[in-house]
Amino acid sequence: MTPGIGSWITLSSALFCIGLAGVMLRRNPLVILLSLEIMLNAGNLLLVAGSRYVGGNDGHVLALTVMAVAAAEVVVGLGLIVALARRGSALDVDELRSLHG
Amino acid sequence: MQIVVFYVAGALAIGSAIAVVVQRNPFLAALSLILHLASLAALYLVLQGDFVAVAQLLVYAGAVMVMFLFVIAYLGDRADLDLRRGGVGAGAAVVTGLAIFIETIVAVSDSKDLLGSPASVADSFGSPQTIGKLFLTDHLLAFEAISLILLVGAIAGVVLGAGDLLPKAGPDGEPGEREARSERYDLRRELRRREDEQEHGSEVGA
Repeated sequence: MTPGIGSWITLSSALFCIGLAGVMLRRNPLVILLSLEIMLNAGNLLLVAGSRYVGGNDGHVLALTVMAVAAAEVVVGLGLIVALARRGSALDVDELRSLHG
Repeated sequence: MQIVVFYVAGALAIGSAIAVVVQRNPFLAALSLILHLASLAALYLVLQGDFVAVAQLLVYAGAVMVMFLFVIAYLGDRADLDLRRGGVGAGAAVVTGLAIFIETIVAVSDSKDLLGSPASVADSFGSPQTIGKLFLTDHLLAFEAISLILLVGAIAGVVLGAGDLLPKAGPDGEPGEREARSERYDLRRELRRREDEQEHGSEVGA
């Protein structure tokens, strides 16, 4: 016996909201990246669940694509954080406001 | 059996996700994220997404998280900032999260009979062969786009990580960082040469 797709949607939505709250709550860019990963994975979970309940593997293909994009995004994000740390700026997204209008 | 795994792994995923968000230490937050990704892999197994589950463990819990831990270790205590928004910011974050979650629950409870049970699928569902075939036929464009994105990501990682190791020209003919450094280097070498000469000269004198 498996739960209906409603349970999967609820679980995935809960995870997405936790990640969203993390992105909005924290100011450390490292933790913001970690929370972004939670949000991406919530989307992935829903893709795989939808694939299983509708039948067909397209959701899996899309989930793997999301994984590759997330890996590239993490490389760029971590590169920016390391460049920031080298420059001597504080690792605080509220401090980085030179583009602020 | 599947429903037990769903509840256990789901509770673990939610708990470790909350731990990532509220954890003070970024190192422990990254470790919680590894637990989160592992419990998601268990959920993928419930959904017969075997290949996605393995890829999740290899790519995410393996490669991506090692990179995260490496950067956190490199930054040392500079990464160790317990910064969060207080007051209005925290309230906005919690309210936004809760609003989206409640909206989803309402939408789900309105459509309870929709897709109540999984579709009946062949044994090859979620196998590497099936997904590989899909990638090289129906989703070839996505496959090629992924390779481009990963290439650009690798170049971006090198450019951002190398920093001032790459040649850099200053604005309007001003000497850039690299030229300034080589000038300093030339100066140091000249000084050392003179010192050597003096030492040599004094030795000769003695």
